[in-house]
Amino acid sequence: MKHRTLSIRFELNGIQVEAQVPARMTLADCLRHQFKLTGTHVGCEHGVCGTCTVIVDGAAVRSCLMLAVQVEGAKVTTVEGLSPEDGLTPLQAAFRKHHALQCGFCTPGMLTTAHALLTDEPDADKARIREVLSGNLCRCTGYIPIVEAIYEARTAYATRDKLPGKGA
Amino acid sequence: MKLPGFEYACPATLAEALALLASGGGTAKPIAGGQSLLPTMAYRLAAPALLVDLRKVPDLNRIAIGDDGVRLGATVRWRDIEDDARLSEAHPLLVAAIAHVAHYQIRNRGTVGGSLAHADPAAEMPGIAVSCDAELTLAGPAGARVVPASKFFLGPLSTALADDELVVEVRLPPWPAKRRWGFQEFARRRNDFALAGIAVFYDLDHAGCATNAHVGVFGACNRAQRLAQAEAALEGRIIDAAVAQSAGRAAAAAVDPPEDLHASAAYRRALVATLVERALKQASTEATQDKNE
Amino acid sequence: MDTKDRLVGAPVERIEDLRLLRGRGQFVDDLHREGMLHAAILRSSIAHGRIRLIDVKAALAMPGVRGVFTAADIAQSSTGSVPKIPLRLSPLPELVAFEQPVMAEKKVRYVGEPLALVVADSLALAEDALDVIEVDIEPLPAVANRHASGKDDILLFEEHGTNHAITYTARKGDAASVKAPYVRREKFSVQRHSAVCLEPRGLLAVWDGQQTKLTVSGAAKVPFVTRRALARHMDLPDECVDMVEVDVGGGFGVRGEFYPEDYLIPFAARKLNRPVKWTEDRRENLLASNHSREADCEIEIACDTDGTILALRGRVYVDAGAYVRTSGSTPARNVAQFLSGPYRIPNIHVESDLLLTNKMPIGTYRGPGRFEADFFRERLFDMAAKDLGIDPVEFRRRNLVSKEEMPYEIATLTPLEKKERFDSGDYRITLDRCLAEIGWREKAGLQGQLIDGRYHGLGIGCFIEGGAAGPRENARIEVDPDGAILVYVGSSNLGQGLETVCVQIAADALQMPMDRIRFFHGSTTYMKEGFGSFHSRSVVMGGSAILAAANALKESVQKAAASRLGCAATDVVIGQGLSASFGRKSLTLEELAADGGLSAEGSFENHLHTYSYGAAAAHVAVDARTGQVEVLEYVTVEDVGRIINPLTANGQSIGAVVQGLGGTLLEHLVYDEDGQFLTASLADYLMPTAPDFPNIKAITLENSPSPNNPLGAKGLGEGGIVPVGGVVCNAVAAALCSLNVTPRELPLSPMKIWQLIEDAR
Repeated sequence: MKHRTLSIRFELNGIQVEAQVPARMTLADCLRHQFKLTGTHVGCEHGVCGTCTVIVDGAAVRSCLMLAVQVEGAKVTTVEGLSPEDGLTPLQAAFRKHHALQCGFCTPGMLTTAHALLTDEPDADKARIREVLSGNLCRCTGYIPIVEAIYEARTAYATRDKLPGKGA
Repeated sequence: MKLPGFEYACPATLAEALALLASGGGTAKPIAGGQSLLPTMAYRLAAPALLVDLRKVPDLNRIAIGDDGVRLGATVRWRDIEDDARLSEAHPLLVAAIAHVAHYQIRNRGTVGGSLAHADPAAEMPGIAVSCDAELTLAGPAGARVVPASKFFLGPLSTALADDELVVEVRLPPWPAKRRWGFQEFARRRNDFALAGIAVFYDLDHAGCATNAHVGVFGACNRAQRLAQAEAALEGRIIDAAVAQSAGRAAAAAVDPPEDLHASAAYRRALVATLVERALKQASTEATQDKNE
Repeated sequence: MDTKDRLVGAPVERIEDLRLLRGRGQFVDDLHREGMLHAAILRSSIAHGRIRLIDVKAALAMPGVRGVFTAADIAQSSTGSVPKIPLRLSPLPELVAFEQPVMAEKKVRYVGEPLALVVADSLALAEDALDVIEVDIEPLPAVANRHASGKDDILLFEEHGTNHAITYTARKGDAASVKAPYVRREKFSVQRHSAVCLEPRGLLAVWDGQQTKLTVSGAAKVPFVTRRALARHMDLPDECVDMVEVDVGGGFGVRGEFYPEDYLIPFAARKLNRPVKWTEDRRENLLASNHSREADCEIEIACDTDGTILALRGRVYVDAGAYVRTSGSTPARNVAQFLSGPYRIPNIHVESDLLLTNKMPIGTYRGPGRFEADFFRERLFDMAAKDLGIDPVEFRRRNLVSKEEMPYEIATLTPLEKKERFDSGDYRITLDRCLAEIGWREKAGLQGQLIDGRYHGLGIGCFIEGGAAGPRENARIEVDPDGAILVYVGSSNLGQGLETVCVQIAADALQMPMDRIRFFHGSTTYMKEGFGSFHSRSVVMGGSAILAAANALKESVQKAAASRLGCAATDVVIGQGLSASFGRKSLTLEELAADGGLSAEGSFENHLHTYSYGAAAAHVAVDARTGQVEVLEYVTVEDVGRIINPLTANGQSIGAVVQGLGGTLLEHLVYDEDGQFLTASLADYLMPTAPDFPNIKAITLENSPSPNNPLGAKGLGEGGIVPVGGVVCNAVAAALCSLNVTPRELPLSPMKIWQLIEDAR
């Protein structure tokens, strides 16, 4: 019943995967160091900065505040899973157009958060966008271009289906 | 800041979860959302030997609305409260308060039970529970017991919960449709921890005077509490600016705020007075009857 | 430039975005190496004490631990003593005395000072081992602030007999003998805060015993300087040490300086003959990455009755922390020399003392010393203007240096005998533009008004920002045999868009499309010698070096083509894509480069700083009951001489303003009277978030190109931050003038404002 390491199975960016993880390992560290998906960043490890944000069962969450073992059976999407083979998604292109990134460290967390938000609320206004982004720190841009980019990207989400796994 | 080592269990029933907690002899902790527990462990301020994950325990995540009020299961998330359209009528004060909890990502994981058990003196859920005379149902090896919120919170991060018990539900008493209420919180930035927070409500008698006045404070004290002196200043009165001011002064005199890095006791006291006035102003305008913003 | 600029000046979308948006950035913690170990540092929890014992036996026995090192181990490996971190800027002997050893030896002098290094199979196991290291330190009373420091009764360095590292003096004219009809003397202070980059620091060191080669990834800002210092300490020739720059999550002056870890991690890698990675966690980042800004002053302005400034006098006290690190004296230098800002002040005498305390050492943070200076000065100006009954805008206009006075020499700094001259500029234009953009005249009626429960106020300030000098910079351009263009430069990327801007410059100079050019920056493997990014210099110095290299490459093309085209080199005409022609004969670049490729180097040297300048204004609303300040609108106008990329230029300005607002209203690194550090999490150190400052406008102008470099550009990146403290505090003071409140200290926290209002009742 009690374990120090466990075997977990979950869906990662659309693919069924399996891993042996120490119970003490966070989802962030599991994604970065076991699956080598280093797009998800670690900036504080206490749930404030948002650079570790990923999408679990349709909801944006702080992967530094989840144990890897807690995603057993879940669907996890990282920034890599939001990126097409070639080119950029409309959300990513909007970020580039508006210069919504400088060093790029907060960017994956901004993208996953924005994607979750716009999927649920494609008509979110700037106040709502700012409110939701209050959980993501950026030290370079001053946020204004990020809000502009997400606002512009709304049109690409207006006709989409909801993310799988979302509750009512 | 890697987590210290621990054993992990993920029981499928409440009974198993309780047995696991008991087996730890005080070194086991339950984990639901983990939004408060994991940062504490990252700073190595807590190092439980065993974490008991509640995510597979059934029937803990219901929101039930009935004649006895609103029942929130322990693993109900802030997100679930936001998404439940019934609550804006069934308990608008709860909805207003929860809107101030943390941030988007945390709201997708953080739970009612976790917040109550953690008992941060600046947290909204304990504040609402106490202000509204809520009752908590705790499950333990000897069965379930009901504890009023006013007796549950003992001090900062300290509750009446035994090491082998779990919060399973909190019940907020029924909320009459015509009730007047206000909720005001002061934080440095949006959704930061409250330096002071006030929940206020009252009903109106046939003469338009306040009755059943409740004034609850969190953030400016070591544990959420109702302020009897402030309530007495409202009881039986028509709530106007002068009455609001005197209630604010009474509240400020009654609290015993902590001094810390973020605020002095004197400043917190002043905030309490201001927020009581503003919450009463909010309560007395028609706008509070609309769906909460 | 003799080519038509298509790209320079255009809002080109950034090249680096393509990988950063896809999560394909390579930050140092993203790197993995076969057999890699992980390091964790035991840091002192006592601010001041004598080390009696550090017992690592239990730690060595912990699972997965490969090594535990203390100062004794380091001294033994080195030349018998623990290496010290060398000063990079202003290495004066007075300051060298206070250099920091890479690990605490006999004394510990600040909470967070390294005591031991653990290397283990995983970071979690290394941290577990930290918990069991036994430390016995005999505590000494802590020198908690600069007041205690100045008394010299408790000494950090008993052998030096003082805590006072150095005094800088900024002098012009004869301030002491000025007699003026109006004099006002005031005290002001700025709190300790700093860059707090979103990516914490990190290093990955790899030692190759066979090749005697040390490779360190995670370098930034000044990799060549760090290499030299590290090579010396490791007793290796420079060529045996490679500093590799990968993606970097912000620098702001703080990342890239030489820290204890920059020695400790390579030391461990060589000792254990395994790659060693170290990543700073956020608690360490707040505690142990250079602090900055903490200064207070007593200054005096002397004016004529018409507001003409006659003299500026006074003393500034800078809280240095426990040691003088690489850039540790720069804030003290700058606050004295630049206290006068863009204003004509004929007599100046300002001294600034660098005082040691038992806190984290300081270094340069965006606009070092200048943010503090602008706050002190602009507050004092508003007070003087009010006393004299002169409109605060008029007061500034009257005293701004005019364009006819350029180049204008400001105070000279001693020691160092550092002279400074403003290069070019019309400061009134930016002031007027700023006033127009914020609607200063239209909003005049709002000053001090109580509207909907809040007091409104507007504030203004003017600034200069020096940049773009220091040592030279180098670039090299290579043409591959298959025609690919590779541009190498010694400048460092910190997230500021260096890659894109440099490729724009190169593409225009070579008449090439941007996508034919690959860009390499920073790492010591690319250049024999480079000088890095600091002082807002990377585009000016690196960009100008690239221009020089481009011109040299064109000459190489002409020479290579001359013999094949049968003419003199000077007769060869260079066309699009570096084609070479003479009469009707022509050669493509690929043909010319086919055997062995082509290459050229360029360098740009300049010891004259450029001075961007401007004005900023803010409109605030203050809730007098809670003390909360809302910034309703903030406008910054800056003339940068030449804009290479308007997108990235605007991004720098907005980002700098928001950092400045954080420093003015929210951020505070706090110590108690025992030197204990109290703000070790992001829940305590508060930085701006998206809803806080949504209404900021940045306008960048190109009115006054700099005569000091071929691009005509002035340094850009710090101008946005330097005036923020003064401007916002002036606005708050204006808002609360009816309450008799005079704010003199940052941060303008709600509690502080509430207290000022209470005290004034």
